[in-house]
Amino acid sequence: MQPWADEVHRELKQAGVRLVGYVPDAGHKRLIELCHADKSMRSVVLTTEEEGIGLAAGAWLGGARSALLMQSSGVGNIVNVLGILKTCRFPLVIVVTMRGEAGEFNSWQVPMGEGTQAAFEIMGVSVKRASAPGEVAPLVAQALKGEQAAAILISQKIIGIKSFQDQTNQ
Amino acid sequence: MKLHRRDVVKKLLEKRGSLLVVAGLGSTSWDITAAGDHPLSFPTWGAMGQAAMMGLGLALAQPKRRVLVITGDGEMLMGLGSLATIGVQKPKNLTVVVIDNERYGETGMQVTHTASGVNLAAVAKACGFKTSRVVTKNISLRDTIHRTAGPHFLQIKVVAEKLPLVLPPQDGVQLKDRFRRALLGKG
Repeated sequence: MQPWADEVHRELKQAGVRLVGYVPDAGHKRLIELCHADKSMRSVVLTTEEEGIGLAAGAWLGGARSALLMQSSGVGNIVNVLGILKTCRFPLVIVVTMRGEAGEFNSWQVPMGEGTQAAFEIMGVSVKRASAPGEVAPLVAQALKGEQAAAILISQKIIGIKSFQDQTNQ
Repeated sequence: MKLHRRDVVKKLLEKRGSLLVVAGLGSTSWDITAAGDHPLSFPTWGAMGQAAMMGLGLALAQPKRRVLVITGDGEMLMGLGSLATIGVQKPKNLTVVVIDNERYGETGMQVTHTASGVNLAAVAKACGFKTSRVVTKNISLRDTIHRTAGPHFLQIKVVAEKLPLVLPPQDGVQLKDRFRRALLGKG
């Protein structure tokens, strides 16, 4: 159950988002399904998060608004290409599910989780953290109004995955 | 007889009409500028590896327009995964051209993987591009770029040569805004 995902999907739709790039994450499962089921959106699965930045830049050149979904480990994959959002002032809302926080079962997720916010900020992307389910959609809505590069980090306690078994059961 | 990149790119952009163009960073951005700067060209100065994905975003946003990506072999190799992503999305209006001199032209002409036989056209074909081929001769590619259903991939082998720089505007906001104004009537 990820009720925040339904709220985020509504906000994306209301803001006229037509393209949704994503690298899957268990925490984004519901939102990805909602975007795929929505005929007004084209959902594009990516091989690496970097591709989502190129996709979004091209879409904006063509007049389409897009959003990008990923987990925190993907943020490290996009640092250099985030530069294009800043130099060309491309607006983009990036929704990130956090790993490596409280409740993490995989220690290899911890370093990137700890560095996620800083990685965005060194490249000029504004960051907001949602620490309760009800905070996610309003932060996404606010970011969509901002017309700039913005990331919303969804705290791992909202996702609540604590073991490999939980992850498989998502 | 080997092909020269500036001649090839000039010919690709001849009578371009409503074609939307994205160029990869470095030599291909200089090539499209040498052929004639245009508001519906988006030359990149960074974000290496993302030219083909920018073409995909543009092609999906503008399904009624033809989109042409012109990039180098080094730039394409950095974003090889994007060929798989494009192969899955199958935009009919997208052509990706790799101007392949088998070198990293901006950093001292070091060889790329294509010099050792890596066949980008075969990769694109395996990823699901509608057509994909290696071009070594001066032939017309107009139908491919402007008419027939894609996605198409063309790996055009060219001479490795150092040419005079012909630089496009560098201000990214200006490049983006002029493109959107020309295409959409807004910045």
